[in-house]
Amino acid sequence: MNQVMEEKTLYTITIFSENTVGVLNQIATIFTRRQLNIETLSVSPSAIKGIHKFTITTFSDSEEDMIKLVRQIDKRVDIIKAYYNTNDDLIHQELALYKLATEKVLEHGSIEYLVRKYNIRILEVSKDCVVFLKAGHYAETQALFEELSQQIGVLQFIRSGRIAITKAKVERLSDMLSSREERKNKLETSDN
Amino acid sequence: MKEMNAEIPVIQGSEALIRSLLYEGVDTIFGYPGGAIMPVFDALYDHKTEIRHILVRHEQGAVHAAQGYARVSRKVGVALVTSGPGATNAVTGITDAMMDSTPLVVISGQVSSNLLGSDAFQEADVIGITQPITKWAYQIRRVEDIPWAVSRAFYIASSGRPGPVVLDIAKDAQNNKCPYSYTKTEFLRSYDPSPEVELDFIKEAAVIINQSKKPLALVGQGVILGKAENELIAFLEKADIPFGSTILGLSAVPSNHPLNCGMLGMHGNVAPNIKTNECDVLIAIGMRFDDRVTGDLKTYAKQAKVIHFDIDKAEIDKNVKATVRVLGDAKITLPLVTELLEKNTHSDWIDEFKPLKQKEIDCVINNELYPEEGEIHMGEVINKVTEATQNKAVCVTDVGQQQMMATRYFKFTQSRSMVTSGGLGTMGFGLPAGIGAKYGAPDRTVCIFVGDGGLQMTIQELGTIMEYGINVKIIVLNNNFLGMVRQWQELFYDERYSETHMKNPDFVKIADAYNIKGRKVVERANLDEAITEMLSYDGAYLLEVVVETKGMVYPMVPAGTSVTNIILGNGYKL
Repeated sequence: MNQVMEEKTLYTITIFSENTVGVLNQIATIFTRRQLNIETLSVSPSAIKGIHKFTITTFSDSEEDMIKLVRQIDKRVDIIKAYYNTNDDLIHQELALYKLATEKVLEHGSIEYLVRKYNIRILEVSKDCVVFLKAGHYAETQALFEELSQQIGVLQFIRSGRIAITKAKVERLSDMLSSREERKNKLETSDN
Repeated sequence: MKEMNAEIPVIQGSEALIRSLLYEGVDTIFGYPGGAIMPVFDALYDHKTEIRHILVRHEQGAVHAAQGYARVSRKVGVALVTSGPGATNAVTGITDAMMDSTPLVVISGQVSSNLLGSDAFQEADVIGITQPITKWAYQIRRVEDIPWAVSRAFYIASSGRPGPVVLDIAKDAQNNKCPYSYTKTEFLRSYDPSPEVELDFIKEAAVIINQSKKPLALVGQGVILGKAENELIAFLEKADIPFGSTILGLSAVPSNHPLNCGMLGMHGNVAPNIKTNECDVLIAIGMRFDDRVTGDLKTYAKQAKVIHFDIDKAEIDKNVKATVRVLGDAKITLPLVTELLEKNTHSDWIDEFKPLKQKEIDCVINNELYPEEGEIHMGEVINKVTEATQNKAVCVTDVGQQQMMATRYFKFTQSRSMVTSGGLGTMGFGLPAGIGAKYGAPDRTVCIFVGDGGLQMTIQELGTIMEYGINVKIIVLNNNFLGMVRQWQELFYDERYSETHMKNPDFVKIADAYNIKGRKVVERANLDEAITEMLSYDGAYLLEVVVETKGMVYPMVPAGTSVTNIILGNGYKL
């Protein structure tokens, strides 16, 4: 199911870039100019050394706008490749942390039920607080937040940006890099 | 095989920068010194015979001059400015170059790397400011990075769809020393300047054109930037395709070419605009369907199949959906399509343009160019100047009514003859761009058309013209109004002339103060003789022509309306 907001679809933009200064700034400007809000953002080094991966989600009512957005991002010199996907194409997860007062958790009594229902990992238990971790889709981490808020009370809550992997068999970045490599070799041989 | 250098020289960063520029073939720089760029200016002092530096009077002028230089010369324009205000003054020119795909390398000084981010004296976040208005912006913080960054800068600025690059060099990187060696950049894995030709689309384009009964081509600056003028003419002639030019595409094909139907867009010619909505195939070549060309997109060429030639993938489908895209360098793609074209004629279709052309001549052009009485008209002056130069001059314009008149009435016999601010519409562009154009084409006559408003935005560059004795012909078309805004106020704001009247100085006296020969013409009777005097004078010349205060540029497609909704003015109707 695609996440939908006011008839808008949630798109996931995946960007591979060179690890140079100011790439995020360049990407953010392109969203701003096109009046698109960034819903979530996650950045980390990719599996390939020296290449960074950005995963950005944004709501849009037009796939055409997404094509244009991705082309504008792709056009930047420091960007290696940009793609967009809908949820159907992706395996995606977000990570959420919940801090609760230990006293309230102990009073609640049926923590085991919650832990099993939501597949919660307990990261920390001290005399003051308990920290839960849950990975899942937005709706799942949100449902746990709501249940904990109602039943126990949440002291602190944080959710990460989305990370995602495509369901398709091909790894588009490595394909792209090898075709660029071919191009480079062609250039070098034509020089000689 | 790389040869082993016997000795790699250890040199200062500023010297490394100059050597890198020399390696890239730079012989002219437009600039202005200041604290954070002083080491580079100091190094320049040792290279006076190899690199000529033109000291402008304001950094905006440096960038516009570099633009004018690049536009006529096919080379990368270089501007050199200091940090902080030097760099921020350059921003308008950089944005202009981005909009008009002009290859520039703008080098700005920056405070020392240990001071970055501390609000140091004359520090500005130049990379943050210029990233959205450049093709690439890079801050050099270490001396070791100078050759690498310069090499990338020239490669990026000049390849693919050209554009401006900013190099922001920290002062300590200019001062420190390191071993220097230079390698020219020819490949970046993250950047594909010349996308591979898609042969299927080439074939498809040829099939559509061969079947077409009413083809119309739209010629943009991509043809000039791609040096594909001859390839374009071969393409157009083989299939007998009439064409219109965008403002920046002007001069790609001589004005008198039989297939040339004039300019497109808001103040373009009637026939190509009307025929845009009647053709069966619209062939866009190196143009980007700017709103000033298309008017309302909802009614634009809906009947036609669209073939879009462009080197920039992001332009395909951006404004107008393409039936077939032909990605790539026009110099490569045009001949591939031409080869598959059948020799064709479209006489009936081309004949349909003629009555529209005649209508425009009768209702607009004759009145604008050949008035017999009353005040002098702008178009009249431009027509006389282009005729007096046998249509061989470089035409540089500012922005506004004189720009539209110059693009309408100046005529061209060779490519790279029109220098104008198309995308950004920067008033103040003309005078400094004209300076750069003269350096870029020293053997050609350079005519700068500028209004009274635009001239005063960069009038200080008269100082540059004086100092270097730059032989440019400045034609000030003075109506004592911000004419284009006044025109809109008359048409769309109920004649409420808010802040468009200007009380002007004596421009000839100003020219005189700069030791530039000047003359003011008010009477039609003196115009021809004054133009002859200007063109035969050996040196810079400012000719002020007092033109009608309430002149209008027609035809006009009001902004946001259909391209066929053309106002002819003076009570005429299509």
